[in-house]
Amino acid sequence: MASLLEVSQLHAGYGALMVLHGISFAVEERGITALLGANGAGKTTTLRAVCGMLKVRGAVTLSGESIAGRSTEDIVRRGVAHVPDGRGTFLHLSTEENLRLGAYTRRDRTGVAEDLERCYTYFPRLKERRAQQAGTLSGGEQQMLAISRALMLRPRLLLLDEPSFGLAPLVVQEIFRIMQRIRTEHKVGILLVEQNASLALEVADHAYLLETGKVVLGGRAEDIRQNEAVRKSYLGY
Amino acid sequence: MEAFLHQVLSGLATGGIYASLALALVMIYQSTHHINFAQGEMAMFSTYLAWTMIAAGMSWWLAFVATVLASFVIGLLIERFLIRPVENAPVLTVVIVFIGLLVILNSVAGWIYSYTIKSFPSPFPAEPVLGGLMSAHELGAIGVTLVVLVLLYVFFQFTPLGLAMRATAQNPVSSRLVGIRVGWMLALGWGLAAAIGAVAGMMIAPVVYLDPNMMSGVLLYAFAAALLGGIDSPVGAVIGGFIVGVLENVMGAFVIGTELKLTIALIVIIAVLLVRPSGLFGRVIVSRV
Repeated sequence: MASLLEVSQLHAGYGALMVLHGISFAVEERGITALLGANGAGKTTTLRAVCGMLKVRGAVTLSGESIAGRSTEDIVRRGVAHVPDGRGTFLHLSTEENLRLGAYTRRDRTGVAEDLERCYTYFPRLKERRAQQAGTLSGGEQQMLAISRALMLRPRLLLLDEPSFGLAPLVVQEIFRIMQRIRTEHKVGILLVEQNASLALEVADHAYLLETGKVVLGGRAEDIRQNEAVRKSYLGY
Repeated sequence: MEAFLHQVLSGLATGGIYASLALALVMIYQSTHHINFAQGEMAMFSTYLAWTMIAAGMSWWLAFVATVLASFVIGLLIERFLIRPVENAPVLTVVIVFIGLLVILNSVAGWIYSYTIKSFPSPFPAEPVLGGLMSAHELGAIGVTLVVLVLLYVFFQFTPLGLAMRATAQNPVSSRLVGIRVGWMLALGWGLAAAIGAVAGMMIAPVVYLDPNMMSGVLLYAFAAALLGGIDSPVGAVIGGFIVGVLENVMGAFVIGTELKLTIALIVIIAVLLVRPSGLFGRVIVSRV
């Protein structure tokens, strides 16, 4: 069976500055693949390249169909939702408007209404704040909002950029717990970029380690966790 | 007292027109952060289209609807073919494109229709209303403006497309990530701005008469209105429009005389920029560096 997302020999960068030098990895159906690495390794760039925000060279296929070189809008319409770096909240719109925008490309009104309720059961805090301007939400609430907005697309593939960034440990735990629920309930594959390697390796089933735009190590998450070098430099024990 | 009330009411009528044009300016400003200097000439050109249709025997309101639709399409095309290529150009480049558009529309209108002043009919009866306090046209213009404002409010607040346009104005990157075709939203914004301008043009033309330079004064008042309300606030633009309209009329009639009326717009612009650059309802933008 083909993987949900297959990336091979991907090159991408910003103008003349190349950041990714031929990386390859995959996300299985309903799988969680983690991209690990230090600052500047190319993790965020990889997510941007997958969803068409950057010019790319190499192959990117979604369930066997090539999406490399397509526009972001088209890739989103094929079921790829991206929770970007910095969360991408529409600060001056209400919480509920933010969520409705997530479902902008969908036409099934009843399904959208159902998913809205589902997001509110995942994150009851958002329901309390549904009419509030999104810019006034706390960092953790905005992250919940960003993930929920992505889910409103009913995506096949979810790209998550540093969901733990700047959040209190309890909130991070809540978000990661929901993430695992989402994977099983929504039949969605997740590509997770995370600096907190131990946290990422707990939830992921595959992981790839990036260093300066190249994959230096890749495989099943438990094998990566056992790897001596990873343990020393990323897990710290 | 009656004279004063009369000036206030007729100020509200022109104020509504300034409000519409100011709203068109704000719409384009919100999504592109540029002031469309050609907004007035676009409205003027639309008014000539309406004049042509009426002169050809079309009924006033049919010509009105046809003009609004045609202006929408023209606005869309202007965005696609003139503005899109300079999307990422420096500010000055864009300003020059706007000024070029202004001059082109002005000259083409003069070339086709000549610079002689034409009268433009009003769809409303000539008799005064409200016991002689207002002309029927003034009351009608206020009504039309309010209808336009309500329609726009409903469109932006309650339709998915309106929400998508608001989202695009705020955060184009995130908008792409939820699948909004951002380029089309910008074009749509131009189309709407052109259509609103057309309404303003057709409402003001019976008062100021039709000629290729008819909007230059009106646009100044609209600038003043948009700045007064806060250049990024649609509600502010509307309120600013009414304030400027009333101020212009009352000051012109009782304080400085009609000859110096236009000065009021300029004084408002300078005063706002000096005292409160973000306007009455605008957001103060603080950026971290």
